Amino acid sequence: MLRRFVVIFAVLIILWQLVVWLTQAPAFILPPPYDVGHALIRYFEEIMFHAGVTMVEIVLGLFLGCAIGAMSAWAILRFRPVRSWFLPVLVASQALPVFAIAPVLMLWLGFGMGSKIAMATLIIYFPVTAALYDGLRNTDSGWINLARIMGASNHTALKYIRLPAALPSLGSGLRIAAAIAPIGAVVGEWVGSSTGLGYLMLHANARTQVDLMFAALLVLAAFAIFLYFGIDYLVKRTVFWQSETNLETT
Amino acid sequence: MTSVALKLSLSYGKECIFEDFSLELESGKMVCLLGKSGSGKSTLLHFIAGLLPSNIARGSVVADDKLPLGGRIAWMAQQDLLLPWLKIIDNINLGSLLRGNRTKQDRENARQLLKDVELEGVENRYPHELSGGMRQRVALARTLAEQRPVNLLDEPFSGLDASTRYQLQGLASRLLANRTTLLVTHDPLEALRMADQIFVLDGRPAQVASPVTPPGVPPRQLADSRVGESYTQLMHQLNHPEVNQHAA
Repeated sequence: MLRRFVVIFAVLIILWQLVVWLTQAPAFILPPPYDVGHALIRYFEEIMFHAGVTMVEIVLGLFLGCAIGAMSAWAILRFRPVRSWFLPVLVASQALPVFAIAPVLMLWLGFGMGSKIAMATLIIYFPVTAALYDGLRNTDSGWINLARIMGASNHTALKYIRLPAALPSLGSGLRIAAAIAPIGAVVGEWVGSSTGLGYLMLHANARTQVDLMFAALLVLAAFAIFLYFGIDYLVKRTVFWQSETNLETT
Repeated sequence: MTSVALKLSLSYGKECIFEDFSLELESGKMVCLLGKSGSGKSTLLHFIAGLLPSNIARGSVVADDKLPLGGRIAWMAQQDLLLPWLKIIDNINLGSLLRGNRTKQDRENARQLLKDVELEGVENRYPHELSGGMRQRVALARTLAEQRPVNLLDEPFSGLDASTRYQLQGLASRLLANRTTLLVTHDPLEALRMADQIFVLDGRPAQVASPVTPPGVPPRQLADSRVGESYTQLMHQLNHPEVNQHAA
């Protein structure tokens, strides 16, 4: 796995260098990998400071989005009025791009981290809610029948059957969440902030420090990949009865 | 020991599946309901288990003590319905886990049942580590762990290969002996191997002919020539439904 990462990374760097050679692109359009590496070392502390801010926003957003998403999914499943009144509103709300409400969040929650965390939370809330709700709803009817005949209560059926049965579905929701949470945080930083990788990239771009911009982008990509595969690993460990079959197919 | 009297009328939309249908399960016997796919046999089983909404099915299921059957049934289906996230022993104790009252005694019983179904030493494994036949053995153990007066089996061995099926039929037949059991199947050989009494279910609305009672005690050896006579009788009923109408 790690070896594959290294190979992919090396190939991408070589391709990048090839494009620079072939197109003769000036450094302020596409800086060569060496310049970017150099910028990464020279501005290391600055980049890491901003990266830290963005990571906190993403992780808190993930946590909040998952927590609120899980509660919503449970409430939608459990209470009929929530299902018939809240679910359509939830689906309709997805027609509104999160980017469009970024300025509003800025206005309400200020320039600090709050508005960015809210952005990340909002962008992952729907996939998590939808995935968990689908998972909880589509429990195998054979299991449900068995539980009814055995005299299960709502609570024990949820604990022993519905919730574990929904975990694979929740896992896919979490993977999507991990992949898109950085979008929320970075867009939030673009709209208005004085810290974070999004701010750093916008700022570097304005000062034509394209090498710094790319260095920040690399760090963001590395963190996003790390986050995705970290969550993927946790999901596979939790849903061990499925990862067994995954191993066979790969 | 519990005997059960069943009355049922059921229609889906305009189609009438059962009309004033009645069936009696004799106490301590295994009754088999044999029918082609779509004959309504599985629906009937779901009704007895109380799984059908009352707006489509009207009727009654009454035990000989005049009390309803709710909470006195164990169920075994064609799919093993093992929960992949629970160890084998927890799967066997699923009933007590779901009722929130599992005891040490339940664990002991589960271990004993694993011995009974000839699967010692797998209690801490997970279902995906077991073969289909072993999983169905666990499902049988889970059914027995419920210790219910009435057992409902819905094509329990249809998903297995022929030799595993034969073994499991013998095992289930021995372990369920003297328990009131209703077995639903489309396989005449399964019926002959396991049941005390066989009803062929057919027609719309569905009806049963007079039961076939094969000679001998289950689990029967199918090579027995007397069983062959009952087989001819069953196949005749299955292929000539008009005979059933007269007999019923």
